[in-house]
Amino acid sequence: MPIPAPPTNVRVVTFQIDGRDYSAREDETIIEVARENGIPIPSLCYLEGLSTWGACRLCLVELAGSPRLVAACATQVAEGLQIYTDTPRLQRYRRTILELLFAERNHVCSVCVSNGHCELQALAQRYGLDHVRVPYRHVAYEVDASHEMFRVDHNRCILCTRCVRVCDEVEGAHTWDVMGRGSDCRVITDMNRPWGASDTCTSCGKCVQVCPTGALVKQGTSVGEMTKDLHFLPYITRRRHNR
Amino acid sequence: MSRTITIEPVTRIEGHARITLQLDDAGKVSDARFHLTQFRGFEKFCEGRPYREMPALTARTCGICPVSHLLASNKACDDLLSVGIPATAERLRRVMNLAQLVQSHALSFFHLSSPDLLLGWDSDPASRNIFGVMQGHPQLARDGIRLRQIGQQIIEMLGGKKIHPTWVVPGGVNEPLTAEKRDAMLALLPEGLEIAKESYAFFKTLVPKFHQEARHFGDLQTLFLSLITPEGDLEHYDGLIRITDAHGHILEDMVPPSEYQRLIGEAVEDFSYMKFPYYKPLGYPRGIYRVGPLARLNNAESCGTPYADVALAEFRTLQESGPISSSFHYHYARLVEIIFALEMMKRLLKDPQILDHRVRARARSNQNEGIGVAEAPRGTLIHHYRIDDEGLLTWMNLIIATGHNNLAMNASIRQVAEAYVDGANVQEGMLNRVEAVIRCYDPCLSCASHAFGQMPLQVDVADPTGRILATVRRG
Repeated sequence: MPIPAPPTNVRVVTFQIDGRDYSAREDETIIEVARENGIPIPSLCYLEGLSTWGACRLCLVELAGSPRLVAACATQVAEGLQIYTDTPRLQRYRRTILELLFAERNHVCSVCVSNGHCELQALAQRYGLDHVRVPYRHVAYEVDASHEMFRVDHNRCILCTRCVRVCDEVEGAHTWDVMGRGSDCRVITDMNRPWGASDTCTSCGKCVQVCPTGALVKQGTSVGEMTKDLHFLPYITRRRHNR
Repeated sequence: MSRTITIEPVTRIEGHARITLQLDDAGKVSDARFHLTQFRGFEKFCEGRPYREMPALTARTCGICPVSHLLASNKACDDLLSVGIPATAERLRRVMNLAQLVQSHALSFFHLSSPDLLLGWDSDPASRNIFGVMQGHPQLARDGIRLRQIGQQIIEMLGGKKIHPTWVVPGGVNEPLTAEKRDAMLALLPEGLEIAKESYAFFKTLVPKFHQEARHFGDLQTLFLSLITPEGDLEHYDGLIRITDAHGHILEDMVPPSEYQRLIGEAVEDFSYMKFPYYKPLGYPRGIYRVGPLARLNNAESCGTPYADVALAEFRTLQESGPISSSFHYHYARLVEIIFALEMMKRLLKDPQILDHRVRARARSNQNEGIGVAEAPRGTLIHHYRIDDEGLLTWMNLIIATGHNNLAMNASIRQVAEAYVDGANVQEGMLNRVEAVIRCYDPCLSCASHAFGQMPLQVDVADPTGRILATVRRG
C-alpha cells in the first residue's frame, strides 16, 4: 500500500503522554509523536516510511478511562487523550509477547549472525527476559540459501512483514508475500518459489536491511557480523513525498 | 560371589561420567568400564544449518575448550571456501590456540588434579579439592589460578570474550591485532612463564614419589596419534598426522589430516555414548591409541622453544627407553606444554607481522566437503562437514580429543582397579585412584558425548550375575 500524501488543513490537538503535555497534528499516530519526542515505545513491525501493520502488539499503550489497550502504531492522537506508555501492565504484556516470540521459533542468539545487532534481542534485554515461561516449540523451519547474495532463515522470522511491505511499497517489486496460517505462517518469495529462482527480486537488499532479526541476512556473514542499516528508508520516502 | 562397584559421579573432570567395576568370585576386578551417559546430538542437529554458523554452533559443545572447536571448525570452513588464509591470521589463530592450551592445562593440573597429587589419594574427600590446596599450598593454588587467568585474558584480548569468542571466522579472523593489545599480551607472558617453570620444577620433585601410580595409572602399550610439523616437531594448530607404536616406531607419518578416515575407524559400544575410535589397520579394539599431551610429546622430535626443549629432554628420562607409556605422565606432559605455549606465544607476538591488517580471505563455498583438524588441549580434534551447493550442512562428523582416548581410558581404569581395588574392603581412596586415572586424560565428556542432560559419576561393583553389590556416588 503506497504511503498517502499528508492532507492539508489538519487540526492540531493537545494531549498527554505519561503525564506530560504534547501537541501534534491529529493525523499523526501515537508512536510517531512518541518517537519525535524521544519517548521509547517498543515495536518490531512498525517502521517509519512503511505502512502500518499492527502485527507485533509490542507498541500497545494504555489510554486513561479505557480498559482496552491500543496499538500506538495504529491509533491516532486525539484531543485530551491521556496516554501511558510504560506501565507495569504494559511491561508485563510486552515481556510475555517477547517470550512467545522466542518460544515459537528457534531464536538462538549466541550462534546467530545478527547476534548483538538484533531488535528482538535488544528488546528482550530491555525487558529483562532472562528466561521463557512457556515451553519452546522446537520446530525446525527451513533455511533458504538459494539466493546468491542473501539468505532467509525462517527459524528467526517473527512475521513482522517489514520485508513484504518494503519490497512492495518502496522497491515496487512485491517479491515477498505471506503464506499459511498459525504456526505454519511464513514469508515466501514469488508464489513460494526458492528465493534464488525469483523473477521479481531485484536483489536490492532492502528486505534484509529492514528485517529486525537474523531471518534475512547477507550471505558470507559469520556470527555477530550481520549489521543492518535503516537510514535509507526515511531518506527515500521523504524524497519521494517531496516530489 | 562376584559383584559390581559403581563410581558415580566421577568428580573433577569436565562433564559427567560413571565407572563400573566388575568383580569376580574372589573379589578381584574382572572388568572395568567407563560410561558416558549423556547424549547431545550435535552431528544431527547441525544438519540444515549454514556452514558459517558451524564455528559458533560447534564451539557450544564446550565451555572449557571452545577455542579448539572454533579453530577446527573454521579450518573445515576454510577448506569449504578452498582458500589459503593470510599468514597473519594463521599466526593469530595459533596464539589463541596456545592461550587456550595454557588455561585448559592449568585447569586440569592445578584445579582438578593437584588435590590428589598434593593432598594424597586417601585424604579426606571433603577437602580434597582446590580449596584444600589453597589451605595447604596457597602459593601453588594462587599460581594455578593466575596461570589460567593469563590464558583466558589473552583469549579475551584477541577474541573479545573469554568463552565462545567469535573473532575467528572462515577465511581468517575478523579483526587485526592492535599494538596495544599485543603489548598487553606480551606483558602477561613473563609472569606466566615464571609460574610455569616454578610449577614444573616443583612437580619434578614430586614425580619420584608417584612411582607406584606411574606403574598402574594406565601404563599401557598403545599407539600414539598427534599432529606434527613437517619437520617432526610439536604442533598444535596445523601440521600432519603421525602415529607411532608403543616402541616408538613410526607407523604413519606426514599424513595430511584430510586422510583421517583412512587411519581412524569409529566403533560404538552399548554402554557409552562416547565413540571408540581405533587405528583402522589394526582393527577394533587392537587399534587402541592415545592422543593429547603425552602423545604429542612422544611423537615430536622437539618442541622448538628453548625451555620446553629442556623440559622435553627431562620428560624422556621418565622411562629408560621408548615412548613414555604411563598415562600418569600426562600431568608432566601438560606442564611441558604450558611452558612451550608461553614461549611460543612470545615468539609469535614479537614478530612484527602479527600486526598486519590483512587477516581475512573472503570467498564463498567452493567445494562441498571440508575437513579441519587441530590439536585441542586434550588431543587431536577433527571436524568434517559436507554441504550442499547452497552452503547448508548435509552431514557432519566430529571426532573429539577425549573420544580418541576412550579405549585407553577403559584399559586404564581396569589396570588401576586391578592394582588398588580390593573387593572385600572397598575404600573411598581406592575408588579415588580409579577416578584419578581418568583425570590424567583430562577428559572433556560434554565434548565427547554430543550429549545433553546430567551425568554425575558413580562406581558400581557388581557380581557375575550383574547384581550391584556396592555403589559409590558423588555429586
